[in-house]
Amino acid sequence: MRLMSEPVNASSSPTFRRRSDTPFFLVMGGISACFIILIVLLLAADVVFTSPSDFIDALRKPEIQAAFRLTILSCSAAAVLSLWVATPLGYLLSRYRFPGRWLVDTLVDIPIVLPPLVLGLSLLILFHLPIFGWELEAWLRDSVGFPVTYQWPAVVLAQFSVACAFAVRTMRVTFDQIDPRAEDVARTLGCTRGQAFMQIALPQAWRGMIAATTIAWARALGEFGPILVFAGATRMRTEVLSTTVFLELSIGQLNAAVAVSLLMVAMAVVVLLILRVLGTGLNA
Amino acid sequence: MIELDDVSIHAGEFSLSGISMQVPRGHYAVLMGRTGRGKTTILESICGLRKITSGRILIDGVDVTTWLPGDRQIGYVPQDLALFPTLTVAQHLAFALRLRKRPQSEIDERISQLAEVLGIMRLLGRKVDALSGGESQRVALGRALSFRPAVLLLDEPLSALDESTRAEMHELLKRVKKTTGVTTLHVTHSNEEAEVLADQRFELNDGVVTEG
Repeated sequence: MRLMSEPVNASSSPTFRRRSDTPFFLVMGGISACFIILIVLLLAADVVFTSPSDFIDALRKPEIQAAFRLTILSCSAAAVLSLWVATPLGYLLSRYRFPGRWLVDTLVDIPIVLPPLVLGLSLLILFHLPIFGWELEAWLRDSVGFPVTYQWPAVVLAQFSVACAFAVRTMRVTFDQIDPRAEDVARTLGCTRGQAFMQIALPQAWRGMIAATTIAWARALGEFGPILVFAGATRMRTEVLSTTVFLELSIGQLNAAVAVSLLMVAMAVVVLLILRVLGTGLNA
Repeated sequence: MIELDDVSIHAGEFSLSGISMQVPRGHYAVLMGRTGRGKTTILESICGLRKITSGRILIDGVDVTTWLPGDRQIGYVPQDLALFPTLTVAQHLAFALRLRKRPQSEIDERISQLAEVLGIMRLLGRKVDALSGGESQRVALGRALSFRPAVLLLDEPLSALDESTRAEMHELLKRVKKTTGVTTLHVTHSNEEAEVLADQRFELNDGVVTEG
């Protein structure tokens, strides 16, 4: 009580001070804005550099049309293949603790961290490595009648190698977010593990499957290094849009290179929009 | 009949050993014990979701110790219910029968029969995400009973329900017991439930199951 009744000491009185959150927003927003502005400027520069007539001229070139067709087909093939592989692999990694799981988990990430040229070189070496006089590429070409290196299948395989790693990550997160208890109960009701996967887990994973396919497709679209090394850059044969940009640049056709780049930007935006619309939370 | 013969289970942080118990055919047994003592682990072992380290599990005299869960003919209602998010209520009731490739007419008949007993007729076309606690509970029970299992395992089926819903579920479980006569093992920590429902009581304490 005595303390309460004592006159307020000047030194212990609360000091009123108005502060501001403005510096916080200025610093955080300023740093963030640098990156956003960089991206916007990049796109704006492309748009300003090219004119609609350049764009249309470029798209009329038969080589670029062929590259566009091959890009759409090879990206789609790589994405579908990736989904086929990523769904079971993502499910196994998500649901089971098996010996060597950490090793599998690490191996899956290797195509993501490997320099693209190294991946292409590794593919090339794999297909041409003589093993006791036997060679994979020679066997595929002569016995199966399906040559790969420097042909369109090499484009798909190069794209698949990287795209699939991303699809596996996505499918794993998808299955991590699905409660395994429902599959357990399905097993008590008469399902084998296979039936529980097909009838209970898979129908819940459709959003993730679309996201995985889209991410794989987008990764395949951006693939360049491995394609250049493993499939070459032959016009009308193994040329995809990313190679087109490189080829047009190398012959000094800057306008065409920029026009094709813009086309790829538009395709990437469509893919990102699909992810947003699905609202999967996996597009981070 | 449910029979556990000297069963040992190791599950992460704790282990149970030397568990023996018998629930005769048609009996309603209640297994009591405090939370975290391994009651759920015992149920999961009986239905095959958890491997046991030694001992035998028999259902109606058949040693099912190494059988897959789906071959044991056990209806299981887990505590979290684990309903199937992509299926409707009717599809839940049909699920086990479809797996057994029963004719559609028989499945339809069974769905309406179960829905009638469980009082979920008006919910049949609905997805499960909008159901109340009591409704979800009934669907999970119907799903477990749909294929006329030899044995029914209930894991704290009433713990998440409010007082009046719980009383309704007591009545429902009594009705199921009377009409189906399925051998039941019901895990709970509620004395009240045991008094209302049990023909037989087991107690799990310090890893030992005693009948009392």
